[in-house]
Amino acid sequence: MTDLGNTSGNPGGLPHYVNPAPFDPYAIDRPNPALEKIYMASQWRMMWLRFRRHRVAIASGIVLLAMYAAILCVEILAPYGQHSRDVDHIYAPPQEVHWFHDGAFVGPFVYSLDYQLDMEDLQRIYTEDTSDPRPLRFLCQGDSYRFWGLIEGNFHLVCPPDAETPLYLLGSDRLGRDMLSRILYGMRISLTIGLFGVTVSFALGIIFGGLAGYYGGWVDDLLQRTIEVLRSIPHLPLWLALAAILPVHWSPMLVFFGITIILGLIDWTGLARAVRSRLLSLREEDFCVAAQLMGAKPSRIIFRHLMPSFMSHLIASATLAIPGMILGETALSFLGLGIRPPITSWGVLLNEAQDINVVALYPWLMLPIVPVIVVVLAFNFLGDGLRDAADPYR
Amino acid sequence: MLRYLIQRVLVMVPTLLIISFLIFVIIQAPPGDFLETTLAELQSRGENMDQNQIENLRAVYGLDQPFHIQYLRWLFGQWDGFDYVKGGLIFGDLGYSFEYNQPVADVVGDRLALTVIVSIASILFVWAVSFPIAVYSATHQYSLFDYIFTFVGYIGLATPSFLIALVMLYFANIWFGTSIGGLMDAAYVGQPWSAAKFWSIMEHMWVPVLVIGLPGTAGMIRRLRANLLDELNKQYVTTGRAKGLPPLKLLVRYPLRISLNPFIADIGSLLPELISGSVIVSVVMSLPITGPMLLSALRSQDMYLAGSFLMFMAFLTVIGVFISDILLALLDPRIRLGAGAEK
Repeated sequence: MTDLGNTSGNPGGLPHYVNPAPFDPYAIDRPNPALEKIYMASQWRMMWLRFRRHRVAIASGIVLLAMYAAILCVEILAPYGQHSRDVDHIYAPPQEVHWFHDGAFVGPFVYSLDYQLDMEDLQRIYTEDTSDPRPLRFLCQGDSYRFWGLIEGNFHLVCPPDAETPLYLLGSDRLGRDMLSRILYGMRISLTIGLFGVTVSFALGIIFGGLAGYYGGWVDDLLQRTIEVLRSIPHLPLWLALAAILPVHWSPMLVFFGITIILGLIDWTGLARAVRSRLLSLREEDFCVAAQLMGAKPSRIIFRHLMPSFMSHLIASATLAIPGMILGETALSFLGLGIRPPITSWGVLLNEAQDINVVALYPWLMLPIVPVIVVVLAFNFLGDGLRDAADPYR
Repeated sequence: MLRYLIQRVLVMVPTLLIISFLIFVIIQAPPGDFLETTLAELQSRGENMDQNQIENLRAVYGLDQPFHIQYLRWLFGQWDGFDYVKGGLIFGDLGYSFEYNQPVADVVGDRLALTVIVSIASILFVWAVSFPIAVYSATHQYSLFDYIFTFVGYIGLATPSFLIALVMLYFANIWFGTSIGGLMDAAYVGQPWSAAKFWSIMEHMWVPVLVIGLPGTAGMIRRLRANLLDELNKQYVTTGRAKGLPPLKLLVRYPLRISLNPFIADIGSLLPELISGSVIVSVVMSLPITGPMLLSALRSQDMYLAGSFLMFMAFLTVIGVFISDILLALLDPRIRLGAGAEK
């Protein structure tokens, strides 16, 4: 018979191998160091790890960072001043930067422009004078400006070759103003209006959504109905009506802030809903209940436990709300009820491209649409990436 | 079902009341009134009006009354002494346009009807285009065409519709040699409705409908694709496939039906979006719908005209949401039963 308990005492049985190495029964449960790092990573680090996988979002974030960095030093980047006019070059088409003249390398240069009036179409026709290359000047003195309206200066990254030869890389408009410079100055307004507007709606959304989620009951009901009503009115007509309220005698700067607040006033509903639904669902989460049972104070629960899992979603929602603001401002200014000149935004620039003649004769006046599309897409991609990363435990 | 219907109608009434109040506050808010604006204009031209005449006009239009009286008058009509004069929004009386010196109803004419036609056509366009594309994208996820549609969709979302309108105007002019601005042949403007006029409108309408519907289409494709993908990854689909259901039947029988819900539920968010888009597109393409006249009314503080347009747009969306809720309840027993169970 085979008695298992008796095998050791039976030298004639099967050979029995015993591994002499020390045995740790818990080894199988212990993760390897690389995995352990992920298991122990903080929430924000997990989000970053998740976010990093989203290539398009990273690229969009870099583009946006570069643009926001650029609005800090628009005066230097723009070859001309914001309002510099050039009566000799009205509606000049975009110029090409050449590198070789007669087969020889000259470096970046442009040809000067001659124009004659086509009396049949009443159109200005510009021709390049290809005999005389005029090299661009870099890090140079050009149009004077007040940096951020404070410091006098005339230093530019790139300047036109000389007083007679212009440098209109993206053409010029009906007053002979450089489109490139104006698009750069417009970037300052268009990008900040998105941020300011979203700040307003963020504040409103957190307050109202927080109230609804915290108190529940009739407060919640009332706010839900209000939000439904606000959402059922089309935004653009409402924006238009509100923008029409702004008094005519207000300074352009006041109008700018007015428009920002109007954009934020209508747009908070989405954020408030996000806050409310998050609060309601988070309140019931295990970790929150556990903290409550352990006797944590409400303030600790809110700031230590609710806030982090909450903020990430809010930041994602806010990022996705910015493009709507930028498009809204563009539409308002395009219709002439938004920002007023001399303050320049992309919408103000597009206001000049209102009729079909522009498309036919001066298509470069529509160029401000390119940065609008780029920025809106970038914010959308960035927001998508953030939203996916916002809940790293999923 | 009847209970649900009644409940929805009852919710609609306070909603419209709140909206009307909001709109009245907004059109009342600009400092001064239309008479002051006109007076300033007259004075700048060196003309003047008799003070008595101004007071008279003010009394006739009710501009001397306090805010709440004006609001009630606008909404429910007025009492002249002890006699109730029927009027106000609830009877379809839109008020008086100061700028045109006519009742608003006469000024707007066909515009409201045409707005409804354009909006409905846009919704149909959005459905017709987004449905097949979304189904294709979801069933062929990560294929070449999925990427192409996604890319075009993103561009459609990011490009302001007024620019698309401008470019379309230009190319239609070049390719077809006709001006496509407007919504009908010039010969039919102001004419009574007839089959020929209707046909002319149909001929002109496709470009604006295309431009107005494009952003909504892009959004709809995204949502429907995501919904269908969620549904396709569920276990019952795997089970069905394992049991040997033909692919088409497997797709159409359940996942497609369930993901149709947002299609109808989204009218609520689609309609405001389309109307917003139509305002700006109609200004660029000079369409005879509400947009351009709303803009000029807002500029000249012609308050009853502007208010009527705003009210009409809100009314349109509220009705749209109502219809979509009813359809949804018909389509999805969970909703109508859920509503009944709550009671």
